[in-house]
Amino acid sequence: MTGIFQRISMIFRAKTDKALDKLEDPRQTLDYSYQRQLELLQKVRRGVADVATSRKRIELQANQLNTQADKLTNQAQKALEVGREDLAREALTRRSGLQQQLSDLQVQHAQLQGEEEKLTRASQRLQAKVDAFRTKKETIKATYSAAEAQTRINEAFSGISEEMGDVGLAIQRAEDKTAQMQARAGAIDELLASGALDDPTGTAKDDITLELEQLASTSDVENELARMKAAIGAGPSAAPQAIEGQQAPAQAQPPTQAAQPPGLDAQPPQEYQAPPSQGQEAPPAQPQGDLR
Amino acid sequence: MIVRILNEGQWRLSDDAVRALNSFDDAVEQAVAAGDQDRLTSALHTLLDRIRTTGTPVPDEELEDSDLILPAGDSTLEEVQQLLSESEEGLIPGVTAP
Repeated sequence: MTGIFQRISMIFRAKTDKALDKLEDPRQTLDYSYQRQLELLQKVRRGVADVATSRKRIELQANQLNTQADKLTNQAQKALEVGREDLAREALTRRSGLQQQLSDLQVQHAQLQGEEEKLTRASQRLQAKVDAFRTKKETIKATYSAAEAQTRINEAFSGISEEMGDVGLAIQRAEDKTAQMQARAGAIDELLASGALDDPTGTAKDDITLELEQLASTSDVENELARMKAAIGAGPSAAPQAIEGQQAPAQAQPPTQAAQPPGLDAQPPQEYQAPPSQGQEAPPAQPQGDLR
Repeated sequence: MIVRILNEGQWRLSDDAVRALNSFDDAVEQAVAAGDQDRLTSALHTLLDRIRTTGTPVPDEELEDSDLILPAGDSTLEEVQQLLSESEEGLIPGVTAP
């Protein structure tokens, strides 16, 4: 048995011979081959574009994962600030899961980038060879008789065929890799869609965010109340009383809410938007009363 | 002598440099036979590095066929085996070595 490299070399030669044998008129061979070269060139370029698309998709996903990881870090921080170690732990656990995904993505990204560079280089090489072949083809057609042309055609043909075989393998390889990546990228998209990760539209909120918002709005309400109480205490008694009457419902609600455990989500998030906005409208009235 | 590294291009090598490749050929063949990816990768890397440093690249616009074709440096065992199984096919119709 010959060496492994000789055997690999032989496949290429065998394929070239087979292709050459099929064609009878050598000039036909030239044109036929040139057509195939152009087709292959197109295919390589498409291959480069496909790999680039996959690479960009992975970059996009990595960005999303990064954003999500940062958000979970913030959530953990906030949860700790309000003394909810359990929530902080949950946020950090999720973040470590994301980081695993993220490092996988980075490996894939590097692989795709390598593949893209190789394919780009292959495309440049093939382009140069195809150009050289076209020049040779025209010379052979113009100068030589069919019989003389045969040897020269074989020379040119086997040179380009080998390149085409190599590039063909490279494309196949890139296609396989891209398909693998896409399957994995699809899995991450599913993960994103399932709500385990952040919804890119920002409409759906995850449970940690909801709970933290609930905690935050409860304390906002408390702060607002304290501020209002202080304002009332400082101002004249007549004007604030009228305002107090208006404010009564809003004031009555928050304390009961604050008494509730934060885990209860009976109050939808919109509820919390309401008191602050009311509070913002109310203060302008109050200071005016104070000024008079 | 011209050597092609798959997915990389062609290099022109002196006869001495080519003779030195024989031992690597054995190393690669043994690694493939043993199904040892690490050995295959390291044998290929050493070999290809040597070709890149001792050879001169064939310009892109030159149309020449190679005397020897080598697998890419990051080839997997399966890829090399696939190349070889195709070469078995190629051998059956009686294609002779040069």
